[in-house]
Amino acid sequence: MAARTEGGVTPVVRVTGVRRAFGPAVVLDGVDLTIGPGEVVALLGGSGSGKSTLLRILAGLDPEATGAVSVPREHAVVFQEHRLLPWKRVADNVALGVTGRDVRARSAAALTEVGLAERARSWPSELSGGQSQRVAFARALVREPRVLLLDEPFGALDALTRLRMQDLFGRLRDRHRFAALLVTHDVDEALLLADRALVLDGGRIAEELPVPLDRPRAPDDPGFGPLRRRLLDRLGVPVRGS
Amino acid sequence: MTALATQPVAQATAPAARRRRRLRWQRSISPLVLLLVWEALSRAGALSPEKLPAPSTVLATGRRLAADGTLGAHLVDSLTRAAAGLVIGGVLALVLGAAAGLLRLGDDAIDPPVQMARMLPHLALVPLLIIWVGIGESMKITLVALGAFFPLYFNTYAGIRDIDERLVEAARTCGLGTWARLRHVILPGALPSLFLGLRLAIGAAWLSLVVGEQTNTENGIGFLMMEAREFSQTDVVVLGLFVYAGLGLLSDLLLRIAERRALGWRRGLRAA
Repeated sequence: MAARTEGGVTPVVRVTGVRRAFGPAVVLDGVDLTIGPGEVVALLGGSGSGKSTLLRILAGLDPEATGAVSVPREHAVVFQEHRLLPWKRVADNVALGVTGRDVRARSAAALTEVGLAERARSWPSELSGGQSQRVAFARALVREPRVLLLDEPFGALDALTRLRMQDLFGRLRDRHRFAALLVTHDVDEALLLADRALVLDGGRIAEELPVPLDRPRAPDDPGFGPLRRRLLDRLGVPVRGS
Repeated sequence: MTALATQPVAQATAPAARRRRRLRWQRSISPLVLLLVWEALSRAGALSPEKLPAPSTVLATGRRLAADGTLGAHLVDSLTRAAAGLVIGGVLALVLGAAAGLLRLGDDAIDPPVQMARMLPHLALVPLLIIWVGIGESMKITLVALGAFFPLYFNTYAGIRDIDERLVEAARTCGLGTWARLRHVILPGALPSLFLGLRLAIGAAWLSLVVGEQTNTENGIGFLMMEAREFSQTDVVVLGLFVYAGLGLLSDLLLRIAERRALGWRRGLRAA
């Protein structure tokens, strides 16, 4: 439960004693959390458990939360909806707020990484849901983030697109070594992508589970089942049978 | 990938564009028929020229007045009034609408009185305006400014309020500060509403101009019509109506073209 540092390395994200209440309802009641460099942490929890609230606090979007939050300036957010500005072309959406030299080239490179180089001049309304979400990832990548904050980024996609996007996320992460906090309600997704899974319950981190599986991972790997069962059990969905 | 993705869009827009073109052509038939019937009735003597002269007569009068410079001079006077009123009312509407839309303090301070003032039909203010600013040029310009103010104010306010809060949030996470958010998110997001407001404002401006120019004026299209009425020159009166209508049509057309250019991103939305 206490803030833990992976092998003495300075964490990139450190959260201690975060509290947030909406009126009388206390959603977060003293959350402690650290994320090491390059570490992907999945945050699971039932609906209304406050996982998105926690992510919004880390993203600096909730000024009313209390507690100590330290997130590097070089962070980027991907939401469940793509949130692209409909009046900017894809490349300009990616470059939004990016300063420095070669913004154009960097935006093009980020789009190439997500496989959408040829859609740079398109309007967001001309893209499919999966393509839009890939652009949202490109918009995050172009900032060269040390931490990615992901709020159910694959949640609104169809099952096949989701699998492809999870695969893309794995490849991007191998290349860029960013740390990430992945808010999800999907246990399989957490086990496929994360180094560590946390369960948020009762306003606190109620469970912490390392995921020591080799990559690339697949849901039919032998180590997958027990971890899956344990997480589901902790989320209040006990798996019966063997 | 490109071919796959663009093909359906192209297929969808091509017939739609053709349909639109045919529709526009068809829509010009009935006004033309009406004009022809009007002309025919006048020539047959069914319409007395004192009550309603033939369109050809009105056109000839227009050509005559344009040739001797009368029409042009009055037109410039009317346009100057409309432009001055529009600029004053429009700038006020943009500033106050933006303040009320963006700031809570502005909303509390500005919106209630504007909502109350909206209930006054502004054309009924003419007697009061005459007492306040006299019967001269300032009365006409004030009337136009008042007419233009309200539609633009309300659409500025609504346009800003209707912007998806989630987009503003995303822009913040991209590191955009207040001014950058105004420029990249709020302004383009409110632009469709601003154009709608501007169109309504221009319509209201013409209407105010017509009313304003009928009281104690020495120039302008309205004066031309009032003077012609005294001398029973029905053709000049109808010509004035044509000019007003033409001005309205022309301004609407220009605004539509500007809108199509500025809001190109919505084309994709409509085609999809």
